[in-house]
Amino acid sequence: MAEVNSKVIEKELDSNTNNGEGMSTVHELINKKYAYGWVTPIEEEPFPFGLNEDIIRKISEKKDEPEWMTEWRLNAYRIWIGMKEPRWAFVKFRTPDFQSIRYYSAPRMKERPKSIEEVEPEILRTFEKLGIPLEEQKRLAGIAVDAVFDSVSVATTHQEILGKFGIIFCSMSEAIRNYPDLVRLYLGSVVPPSDNYYASLNSAVFSDGSFVYVPKGVKCPMDLSTYFRINSAQTGQFERTLIIAEEGSEVSYLEGCTAPIRDENQLHAAVVELVAHKNATIRYSTVQNWYAGDEEGRGGIFNFVTKRGKCMGDNSRISWTQVETGSAITWKYPSCILQGDNSTGEFYSVALTRNKQQADTGTKMIHIGRNTHSTIISKTISAGMSQNTYRGMVRVMPKAENSRNYTQCDSLLIGNRCGAHTFPDIDVRNSSSSVEHEATTSKINEEQLFYCRARGIRPENAISLVVNGFCKEVFDHLPMEFAVEATRLLSISLEGSVG
Amino acid sequence: MSLLKIKNLRALIEGQLILQGIDLTVNPGEVHAIMGPNGSGKSTLAQILAGNEKYEVSPESEILLLGENILDIPPEERSRRGVFIAFQYPVEIPGLSNTEFLHTAINEIRKSKNLPPVDIWDFEKQLKEKMKEIGLDPSFSERSVNEGFSGGEKKRNEIVQMAVLEPVLAILDETDSGLDIDALKSVAEGVNRMRSPDRSFIIITHYQRLLNYIQPDFVHVLYKGKIVKSGGFELALELEQKGYDWLKKEEEMEMSSIGVLS
Ligand SMILES: Nc1ncnc2c1ncn2[C@@H]1O[C@H](COP(=O)(O)OP(=O)(O)O)[C@@H](O)[C@H]1O
Ligand SMILES: [Mg+2]
Repeated sequence: MAEVNSKVIEKELDSNTNNGEGMSTVHELINKKYAYGWVTPIEEEPFPFGLNEDIIRKISEKKDEPEWMTEWRLNAYRIWIGMKEPRWAFVKFRTPDFQSIRYYSAPRMKERPKSIEEVEPEILRTFEKLGIPLEEQKRLAGIAVDAVFDSVSVATTHQEILGKFGIIFCSMSEAIRNYPDLVRLYLGSVVPPSDNYYASLNSAVFSDGSFVYVPKGVKCPMDLSTYFRINSAQTGQFERTLIIAEEGSEVSYLEGCTAPIRDENQLHAAVVELVAHKNATIRYSTVQNWYAGDEEGRGGIFNFVTKRGKCMGDNSRISWTQVETGSAITWKYPSCILQGDNSTGEFYSVALTRNKQQADTGTKMIHIGRNTHSTIISKTISAGMSQNTYRGMVRVMPKAENSRNYTQCDSLLIGNRCGAHTFPDIDVRNSSSSVEHEATTSKINEEQLFYCRARGIRPENAISLVVNGFCKEVFDHLPMEFAVEATRLLSISLEGSVG
Repeated sequence: MSLLKIKNLRALIEGQLILQGIDLTVNPGEVHAIMGPNGSGKSTLAQILAGNEKYEVSPESEILLLGENILDIPPEERSRRGVFIAFQYPVEIPGLSNTEFLHTAINEIRKSKNLPPVDIWDFEKQLKEKMKEIGLDPSFSERSVNEGFSGGEKKRNEIVQMAVLEPVLAILDETDSGLDIDALKSVAEGVNRMRSPDRSFIIITHYQRLLNYIQPDFVHVLYKGKIVKSGGFELALELEQKGYDWLKKEEEMEMSSIGVLS
């Protein structure tokens, strides 16, 4: 991401100049407690603190990986130690001390459970409590889940039925053991180990994550999802997800995450790679609700993630939808490389920050093929003393004739101590393409709140109705179950939105 | 007991006294019209009745709803007790459908009365019926609240909301302004259909036009923050003929008689 230009092209708005009159109703609603902040008491098998080649070899060994994988990791590590941590994002934080993090922690178990029945009951209860039951019969029809607990995937549901379609849905560790050819072919093909500081670190130490392979012509009969749960303290989470959609296939993938409340920051540095072949479609949705820290900005997850999809084939499509409400710091840009002719990239995002949260998020759309299209809809909501930044890059290469981008960035401010910022970077290198960028910034409107209240609606609900309305265009792109979850999450996060 | 009793209502906005001591009593079933030139404080009165906190109400003022002073009661609670205001300028809420908005409203009101919530699909059906009655296309139930509605559609939408919420006291703030004759009639019909011995209306208007369709029991003239004249329907007719200029003249005469102008 280092090439994203951080110069302010459009508009930078600091709401410090707004007057905060009449915000008392909003004001009273601060700080609803984080609902997922508990810790599961479970025997862990943590690694010692710190990072070196031995630790990486140990991770690889723990996972029973082939030699090439170990070498791949070590190569990434060697690249990483030569890199400097980037500082261009509009976020302030103290660099994690990479020697005081544990790079692997797993619940103690002899081997990966072969079936749900063998999964540690405490872990099953954890996911159940999070609203993600792992027993297939308890699950909503139509969604398979891969459950990741700290550094390992503990269970993947519906593998049998998916297998009938030739779909592979398993943990990354299993994929490395069972489908080495596919993994070797695609791992790092979209986000190479040298891509950026945190992606390199991830490449060296990634623990687990999900692997999806949808064969030619198959439309995945159910949504696939991964739920990431950080439980262990002082442990970084570094998962790696790889999704491959062969020619003419379709898949919709959902990602959710939570972590306990802790006073210290925890690092989450994931890499997600998507590959869409000719006529294939991948939809990737995230509802990110990592612990965000307290009102004083203590604790919370550092969410430094590299997500990128490659539309390799003609007429392929990759669509990112994200709802970001958690994390102390969010730093990520789900992007699309539009290589195939007529390929389409989409990015729909809602980022809500409150208290002292900081988010610097957006996307990159790289148009390489002809007639490629991209759409970016970004909605940011800033409350409390938070800082919320949209950063987007649209690049249209010389050969990407007749390409189009449409970008819309709307910022909503709640209260007068937060900030919303927009940094678009547009670079069009041919004359037949067009790029359109619209941006608005507004304050939550007292008139709207009064109108709702005059109809009997509580102020908390009034705010959540107005904000949900503001996010509608994005929520419309989420699968049903996630849209409901996102709406609920937003209301909870908003209860108490001004500092 | 009177439904509404306003006693010596004095209110300021940005330090400026807008309402200068209003007294008004509304009994159940009555229709009161409040007329007066622009800027006389009609909307201020309506907004204060609904609980808009941007106005500062002087501490000796009282607004009694069924005998209880509601000045410290927040707007949502007033609404739950049956106060409804049709806004002069209805507010747009992008992305929030009319159905979702009113469904949330009705269920919050029901919850406050310990009634079970109504199902959204049943509610939407009912909402569409009301829309038809008031001459708004039922597809408006799916549209975002007031967003991109024409002036007339916004006003009709207010009346639809009134019909759904079934208030005991409905305050209509210039719901007739900017309406063509058909819209005016459907608004009037909407009101008349709801008239009942235990529901009262305060109808704020510039013109006598609407009052031809909704016969008020009382007409009050609000001028510079005071009720300067009250009467029956004939007062509306008189105002229609004479306009508001005579108010100014009367005021001048009064002033000169007490020696302000010399
Ligand atoms: N927000 C405001 N700030 C300052 N003055 C206001 C504000 N709102 C209303 N006023 C003033 O209060 C007076 C009464 O306004 P209003 O109640 O809207 O009158 P009406 O509805 O009778 O036309 C007018 O002089 C208007 O300019
Ligand atoms: Mg008015």
